[in-house]
Parts: sequence; structure tokens; C-alpha cells
Amino acid sequence: MKGLAELYVQQFKTTFASMVQYRASLAIWMIGHVLEPLVYLIVWSTVANTGGGSVGDYTTGEFAGYFILLMLVNHVSYTWIMYEFEYRIREGFLSFALLKPVHPIHSDIADNLSSKLITFPFMLLVAAGLALIFHPSISPPLWAIVASIPALLLAFLVRFLLEWTLAQAAFWTTRVSAINQTYFVLMLFLSGQIAPLTLFPSPIQTVAALLPFRWTIGFPVELLLGRLSPVEALTGLGAQAVWLVVSFVLVRIVWRAGVRIYSAVGA
Amino acid sequence: MALNKWQATVPDCKPQSFKLAINRVITSSTARIVKRFVIIRNAKPTMTSPAIHISDLRKIYVVAEREAGVMAALQSLVHRRAEEVHAVDGISFDLAPGEIVGFLGPNGAGKTTTLKMLSGLLHPTAGKVTVLGHVPWKREKAFLRQITLVMGQRNQLVWDIPALDSFELNRAIYRIPVADYRHTLDELTELLELEPLLRKPVRNLSLGERMKCEIAAALLHRPSVVFLDEPTIGLDVTMQRRIRAFIAEYNRRLGATVLLTSHYMADVEALCRRVVVIHHGRLLFDGDLSNLVQKFTAHKTIVVQLEDPQADLRSYGEVVSYADGHYTLQVPRAETAHITERLLADLPVIDLLVEDSPIEEVIERVFAQEGS
Repeated sequence: MKGLAELYVQQFKTTFASMVQYRASLAIWMIGHVLEPLVYLIVWSTVANTGGGSVGDYTTGEFAGYFILLMLVNHVSYTWIMYEFEYRIREGFLSFALLKPVHPIHSDIADNLSSKLITFPFMLLVAAGLALIFHPSISPPLWAIVASIPALLLAFLVRFLLEWTLAQAAFWTTRVSAINQTYFVLMLFLSGQIAPLTLFPSPIQTVAALLPFRWTIGFPVELLLGRLSPVEALTGLGAQAVWLVVSFVLVRIVWRAGVRIYSAVGA
Repeated sequence: MALNKWQATVPDCKPQSFKLAINRVITSSTARIVKRFVIIRNAKPTMTSPAIHISDLRKIYVVAEREAGVMAALQSLVHRRAEEVHAVDGISFDLAPGEIVGFLGPNGAGKTTTLKMLSGLLHPTAGKVTVLGHVPWKREKAFLRQITLVMGQRNQLVWDIPALDSFELNRAIYRIPVADYRHTLDELTELLELEPLLRKPVRNLSLGERMKCEIAAALLHRPSVVFLDEPTIGLDVTMQRRIRAFIAEYNRRLGATVLLTSHYMADVEALCRRVVVIHHGRLLFDGDLSNLVQKFTAHKTIVVQLEDPQADLRSYGEVVSYADGHYTLQVPRAETAHITERLLADLPVIDLLVEDSPIEEVIERVFAQEGS
């Protein structure tokens, strides 16, 4: 454990050193992260205003709250591993990772957490700025704020493990972008990214409840917005726990199979 | 525990049982600080088992193939043709602990594939391999901690940050105790002259500088088995020589086993007494470099310098070239002495030189023979 902790600390330093090398691209990347929820926020606020101040059970202020929180939650659970894996295989970086006496997922988790630790304060500032402009109504009870801590952690882990698993499609095909695209479309609609899931028809809500996407974004957002009952919150945490187990098993199986393919066809 | 100072020749026990300590002494000649390794052997040495054992190793790749053109592309949608490529086709050899062996062959001979199987990246199709008693492709941590693979054409250092930061990351990954890490880093810094490079972002380094840092990064955990896949590729002659000297020194200090591939015969001549030559995935030669020359060259070269630019030396041997009064003759190895005598007796010789064919030519001939 101590060894791993040291690895995480060292990876943090490495990530930090790499990130500050490219301040401009870091800024552009963060603008992108703010822009997407901002667009949805403006669209839905406009729709709500023209519809007499609300759409479904969301008021203009709640839309603002939803998308500002979504920006933060998405920032917590976001990964970029699916863009990277194919490159790693093609350029031989994976070979170096396989020569090391530690599972490569650790470096990835550490790198992901590190870069978020560095960027999160900026995202909070942006969120505060947006709050001043858009007057969100966010009213979570105290228990919901407490519950959001495990909810965010689980959201991060589930999304990380699932996307790490999917990224390994690169072992089998060189056309990973098609898979990524499909995944992102599903994510967009079924996670609550494009609109709160309660605004969708109920069959879609059922599908969303059965799939992992919602539990990695929509659920923590709704929890922090103060829209969930204690039972709904517990159900959500339970669903996250189930998906954590599933994704953990998946990541192990797929990694093993992937490495077998890799070491069969030419590392 | 017995102390065996300064030099690790071919050790009689497994390298992983070595513990290394370092002390400093000042060498009288240069008054330069040189760190010495003292090798402390564990109480129970296991008897001379090879560091690397390879037996009938094979690797077959299945490669999809099709002709060029649209029709062929359409055909391949329906029916894919696959071809088996025997990259490594039944090779066997052993390396004793502490040995440096040159692993030679033309491009595509199977050298890199073999090194990847030895370092655990590739799963062989058949055959047996043990490295320090481990089966490489199980990739056990105890195994990975003791080996390294340097690929001259690949980089492990993080591009945007100084090499020193990547080194620290490797320290954490290999769980190297801080004191050991410092010692090793000092030593590598001195031997490879890294001091001015460590704090520059890797992307600002030249190819040679980067390679030195790559090698250092790969050796921080003091592996006792080192696989080097063309470590000097693309480097200038000075840098090649420096890296060569370093590899020899590393081997000498740690008693590490080294398997090296290179296209530069100078590397091999400088470092390896023994060479293993493969071609088309098969073993062609395994033995002393000097025997390779003897085995594959039935000839020696005699260079004679004469005043006369029109001398006819065909009766002495095959005249390979003439330039500036220098005639180059190729003669059967066994008759070298006799012919030299005749030349000196018959002709007004200004200068005469007898030499073996250059190693490049020998190797070329080996591959040509195999190809025909």
C-alpha cells in the first residue's frame, strides 16, 4: 500500500509538471469543459422562460443549478483514456507499461486524479461565476451533501473502470473511434448530460436506470440539487455499488484477454 | 558472506541473489571520484544455472494478406487470406550470468521478436524460455523487477518534462529505496554524463542525449538481465562509443547479463566475445566472434603496396581492388603465409598488410550463404 501511495504522489508531480508545460492548451481544454454544459443551460433556460418559467418539473433556476452542478460532477468523473489507448498501443508505450512491475491502471488513475486536483479549483471559480449570472436554485439537505461524497467517488470509479475497459477495444480493432462515438452518444442521452432524465419519456428513464451512464453523472447531480428522497439516494448508491463490482470484474477479464491478444500478435 | 571486490566476472550464482553496496574511492591516476561496487554474495549460491535459457523457441504470426487494388479489397471483405509468418523458428541457446552476447541478424530475422519473448511482452507459439528462473510471459513482479528492455527506436520518458521527473516516477514504480536510488542515479549521471541533461524537458534533447537518458531510466532499478535492442541506432560515432563503453562498465560492475542486438558491428566487436546469429528465425551461428570469422571466411585479405601501377598479381590471388599503388588481394586462408612469402620475394614491395575480412563482410556472407 505504501508503495502504491508513493506511486500516486510521484504521478501527481509528473502530471503537474506536464500540465503546467502547456498552460494555453490547458485553458482551451477547460473552456471546452465549461462551454458544453453552458450551452445546454442557456438552451433549457430559454425554453423554460418561453414555457412560463418551467419545463416539466424543472424551473429556470433549477435548470441553472442542474447544469452548473453537472459541469462539476462531469469534471469529477470524466476520463480521457479512450482517446489514448490506441495511441499507446501503436506507439509502443504499452510495452513499456507491461515491463513495469505494477498494473498500468494505477498510473492512469493517479494521472486522472492529479490533473483533476489541479483543475478543480478553477472549475469551482467558473461555477461560482456562472451562479452569479444565472441565479441557480440549489437546495440540498445536509444528508444529501454527505451522501454526495460516496456518490461522487463511486461515480468516478465506475466511469473510470468502464471507460478503461472500453478503451481496450484497441487491442482488437484499430477503429476505436467508432466504438467511442457510440459510447459518447449513449452517454450524452442516458447520463442526463443533454437534459435531466426526468424530462425524458418513462421507457427511456427505465433504460437509463438499468445502464451505468446515469449513475456516473445524473445521479450525483440530482442528489446535490436536492431533488432526491433518501430512498432514491440509497437506491442510487446501491446501483453504483453494483456497477462498481460489474466494472471491476469487466476490467480484469478484458485486460487479461487484451494482453493475451497483444502478446500473441506482436507487442 | 564473502566479499568479492570491484569486479564481477562471470559469477557462479544467480545475479538476483546479489546485494550491492557502493563505496567511494579516489583513483590515483585521475583523482576522480569513482564509485565502486562491492558485490556481496548471499550465503548460499545456487550453482551455475544459466541466466537465460532458450530451448526450441518459436513464434508464428498470422498475418492477413491481400493483393493491391479495389477488387482485391472487395474480395478480402468476403474471404480473408491469412499467412503464417515464422518469425522465430526453433532457436535454442543459453546465456551464463554476467555474459554479454551479441544477437545478430538482418532486419526481420526475428531478433526483436525474440527479445520481446524474453522480456515477457510476447507469448511464444512453442518452446521453453526461462530468464532468472522465471517464465517471462507470466510477467511476475519478481521477474519484471530484475530485467529491463531498452528499445532504441521507442521512448519511455515523458516527452514534456525533464528526464529527472521520469526517473522519479520509475523510482516509485520499482519501489527503489531512496538511498539506493540516489547512489544509482549519481553513478549513471557520472558514467553517462547526464548532469547537464537531467533538468531539460526531454523534447529539447538531441537524439543521443535522449538515448542516454532512456538507458539511465531503464537501469535505475539495477536489473541483472538487460535486453538492448539497437541501443545505438541513429547515433553519431562518438555517442555510439560512449554508450558502448557504458554498457561494458555496467556489465562489469553489476555482473549483469546482457543480450544486445545492433546493426553496428563496432558495437558487437567492442562488447561481445560471443555472438548468436539468426536469419529467417533460425540459428545460424553461436560462438566466439573470432570463430564466426574463421567459419564463414575461407579467405584473408592482403594489401600490397607497389611502385608499379600495372603489376599483374593474378598469379598470387584474386585482385579485389587497386587504388594509389595499393593492391588488395583475396587469398585462401590456409595459403596466406605462403603467398605473403612469395610476394615479398618476387616483388619490390613497399608495404604489405594481412587482415581478416571486415566483420560486416563476414556477416553479409553468412546471410548470403543462407539465402542461396
